[in-house]
Amino acid sequence: MQLFHLHARRHRAKVILWVLTLGFGWLGVNFFQTQVLKNSAYALQSEANRLRPLPLLAPRGAIFDRHGEIVAENVPGYSLALLPGHRDSIRARLDRLAPILGLSEAAIEKLMARRSKAPGQPLLIASDLTFDQLASLEEMRAFLPGMMIEMQPKRHYPAGPVIGHLVGYVAEISEDELERPEFDDYLPGQMIGKAGLERQYESLLAGQQGTRYVEVDAMGRIVGELPDWTRVRPVPGRDLELTLDLELQRWVARIFPDSLRGALAAVEPKTGEVLALYSNPSFDPNDFVGGISPERWRELNEDPAKPLLHRAVAGLYPPGSTFKIFTAALALDLGVVDPRAVMPIPCRGGMQYGGRYFRCWKREGHGSLDMAGAIQHSCNVYFYQLGLKIGLERLLLEATRLGFSSPTGIDLPVERKGNFPDGPEWYKRRFGWLPTSTEVLSLAIGQGANDQTALKMATFFAALGGGGRIPAPRLARHLEPKPGMDLEIAPQHMAILLEGLRRVTAPGGTAHLAALEHWDFIGKTGTSQNPHGKDHGWFAALAGPRGGEPEIAIAVIVEAGEKGSISAQYAAKVADYYLRRKYGMEPDTIQTLREYLLAGRSTQWARQQ
Amino acid sequence: MIGRLRAGVGDPVLLVLVILLSLFGVAMVYSAGQLDVPTVRVQDVWRLQLAWLGVALIAFYVVLRIPVRWLEWITVPAYVVSIILLAATLVIGQGFGTAKGTKSWISLGPLTFQPSQFANLAVIMMLARVMGNWREPPRSITKLLLPVGIVALPMALVALQPDLGTALVYTSILLVTLYWSGAPVGMIFMLVSPVLGLLLSFATLPFTIYMVALIAFLYFYRAYLWESALVLFANIAAGAIAIPLWDKLAQYQKNRLLVFLDPSIDPRGAGWHVIQSRVAIGSGGLFGKGFTLGTQKRLAFLPEQHTDFIFSVIGEEFGFVGTVGVLLVFGAILWRLVRIAERCSDPFAGIVVFGIFGAWFAHIIVNVGMTAGVMPITGIPLPFLSYGGSFLVAAYLGVAIAQRIASEQGKV
Repeated sequence: MQLFHLHARRHRAKVILWVLTLGFGWLGVNFFQTQVLKNSAYALQSEANRLRPLPLLAPRGAIFDRHGEIVAENVPGYSLALLPGHRDSIRARLDRLAPILGLSEAAIEKLMARRSKAPGQPLLIASDLTFDQLASLEEMRAFLPGMMIEMQPKRHYPAGPVIGHLVGYVAEISEDELERPEFDDYLPGQMIGKAGLERQYESLLAGQQGTRYVEVDAMGRIVGELPDWTRVRPVPGRDLELTLDLELQRWVARIFPDSLRGALAAVEPKTGEVLALYSNPSFDPNDFVGGISPERWRELNEDPAKPLLHRAVAGLYPPGSTFKIFTAALALDLGVVDPRAVMPIPCRGGMQYGGRYFRCWKREGHGSLDMAGAIQHSCNVYFYQLGLKIGLERLLLEATRLGFSSPTGIDLPVERKGNFPDGPEWYKRRFGWLPTSTEVLSLAIGQGANDQTALKMATFFAALGGGGRIPAPRLARHLEPKPGMDLEIAPQHMAILLEGLRRVTAPGGTAHLAALEHWDFIGKTGTSQNPHGKDHGWFAALAGPRGGEPEIAIAVIVEAGEKGSISAQYAAKVADYYLRRKYGMEPDTIQTLREYLLAGRSTQWARQQ
Repeated sequence: MIGRLRAGVGDPVLLVLVILLSLFGVAMVYSAGQLDVPTVRVQDVWRLQLAWLGVALIAFYVVLRIPVRWLEWITVPAYVVSIILLAATLVIGQGFGTAKGTKSWISLGPLTFQPSQFANLAVIMMLARVMGNWREPPRSITKLLLPVGIVALPMALVALQPDLGTALVYTSILLVTLYWSGAPVGMIFMLVSPVLGLLLSFATLPFTIYMVALIAFLYFYRAYLWESALVLFANIAAGAIAIPLWDKLAQYQKNRLLVFLDPSIDPRGAGWHVIQSRVAIGSGGLFGKGFTLGTQKRLAFLPEQHTDFIFSVIGEEFGFVGTVGVLLVFGAILWRLVRIAERCSDPFAGIVVFGIFGAWFAHIIVNVGMTAGVMPITGIPLPFLSYGGSFLVAAYLGVAIAQRIASEQGKV
């Protein structure tokens, strides 16, 4: 056989052509599978490869007061983000940014941790750049690739500390919040309401963020943007209109007794609309926007005055004598007392009961008083006997029914409920013993196991001013009124209570110096014992045009304010300001009888009443 | 000149196909540089590729004028020079650009070239020189030792530069030329059986079955006793060293092989190439995304898109129609080579043509198979399409030799 004979060659060529055909056929089959059969899967994968969704932030809704004045708004701010990249290169850029932005080592670590959670997303570094920082960054742009400086609306509260507790603030969403199901749509670095109204109405104000798609390369660098129609537009947040009167709130904050701690709540009778709600000392919510500095945070947290505590809704104080009005109302309602009659035991500076001597605040005693007189002079001995007539169990039951053991239901996230026994078992649970009937003596004068907020007392007085009823206090205009307090009291009984309150600011009353020239201003002082120092002073008031219905209910608590005379002056000045504004009168800084006397003005009007 | 050219060109169809394919290759290298991300490196290489095509055509024209006889005369010196150059690259070789890790280039002033690309031709000629003298089929495996040695020497030198793909090409050249020279298939099987033994030894059961089958084969094939003993010993030895050998491999080499079995074990590392190439090809669909418009390529998801993975660009931009079209052209080119060799009464010429066939066949199957993820990643280029000067010129030298052979055989 010839090795390279034509026939041999033909045969081998044929075999080799078969091998060739098989090899190429095998490749062809593979490509048919990949390109034709599995095309849609791979096409999808290539789209997912190149497109990255980026959030389009929705502008947050503004907040207005009842007259349309701005409480919270968005102003242009500048945010800085870094486009996705390798961790080392991000780290290097953060180190370069640190001196400009004042990033601490810990802050950088936190940012790196956030980056590793979402490596494909832009990393938000700062959402509130100052103009100096902006200028420095623009200078360094060449050394900081992938830097994204964007205009981003920034939250601003024009009234600052005046509305700090009330409006709260927005800040970056925390890790814990991100894990909660209600914040599923939120991205790291996004702003979220953290306190006050911003938190309460987060879902309303926030709106819905949109999406835009960018094209990225294999390194995750953005190389282009998809056309406009591919965007999912953000739904802007809705505006929030408040019942608050910002001008009044400003006044409230301005004249709050210097350097003292306390709170004021002003509620409109009948409607339950909150007109002012203030806690002193306050803080500037603008400090929190875009991240609060650690120094400022420490300052606020370690301040013994606790500026972060919203005393108006979360500060609990024994209501003291202001609570006597409730005792009186309940007694009238139950018919256990004749308001025109005097009590069997006259006040001699105290009374004996159950083997104990219960004191009145006035050592020399009040003698015999009817109900209005007892309210005027705040006589403990009268109310001790009233409490005994009502009985402990009934007092607890009715006070609980009215809401003294629950929150008022205001639309704020931090409200604390009143601390009040909801029945005799409460003592068993709390202290391990059942109360004796002597307990009712303390409770009847607002002492004992009873702590309330300024807002609760304001609401109670607003109910008195509105014929016995009031819906739950509220700040948002759009909110449907919820059931609040109902005293179920007859008009003739109400008249007696109001008469008692009127005498408090009349000549001879405990707060006569708080009387106002142009308005009816009636109320009740209160003192709550303070184990740590001077007693806290309460004043709960109703005010309105002369001879008309009350148009504002105010409760003031001033810590270490003693006896309520500071509180009464303060409440009177707030009521005067509100009513003058409402009826178009020029505001004046000389308002109360005390101020008239000090200023040497004519006090003729006070004698005529 | 045209007349002389026509006289030298024995197979105009082959020449036209090759030139068309090369021009298409330049266009694809151009497309590979059209990215949406800044790429200084790849953007303008198509101009270089075009220049290299010019150089290749000049080389083609020159080599076309060399009679086959002369080639036979210079075979031994060419082989020796090649071996020296390969050895030299181990010492003075450099790596460039994407192939920085390897040291397969030699610089001559401003010019750099890869000796291994030209060594292929010398090896093919050397094999032809030896096996062309066979007058009868090899009777025992000892006859194959010389051809194996001819290939093994450069292969060993190339394998020392980390370039596993080239080793596969040499194997292909050897097997095809052996077959063409009349070596019985059974004997070729005995030759490669240790490699099978090496691969199968990673699992006990397949290896046992394989050894039983091997013994049965040796019995029925009536191999010499010593031959059988040698083959068995080689297989057992291969099985024994498999695991130590595996441990000696560099991690990236292990990864490449493991990823070939399952790309998803390392999607960001070694598997990245395979996955992204498959996504590029798969998303091309039937008709592709259009010339220069492949998104996987534009956004730099495709690695080495102008060299090793140029076929993925074709798949993405021209779809199944494009890949089948290119494969058909390759098929036609190889078919022409078979036809030329078939007509060769001169054994040396025929073996040379089949050597070229073996080299290109291996390049195409391994490279194209790699882009589809059915072959391991080896880093060998695609003839006429991948960017690379030395390889293009070497391929055109191969075409020139084949053309010269065709024309001389036609004259005879």
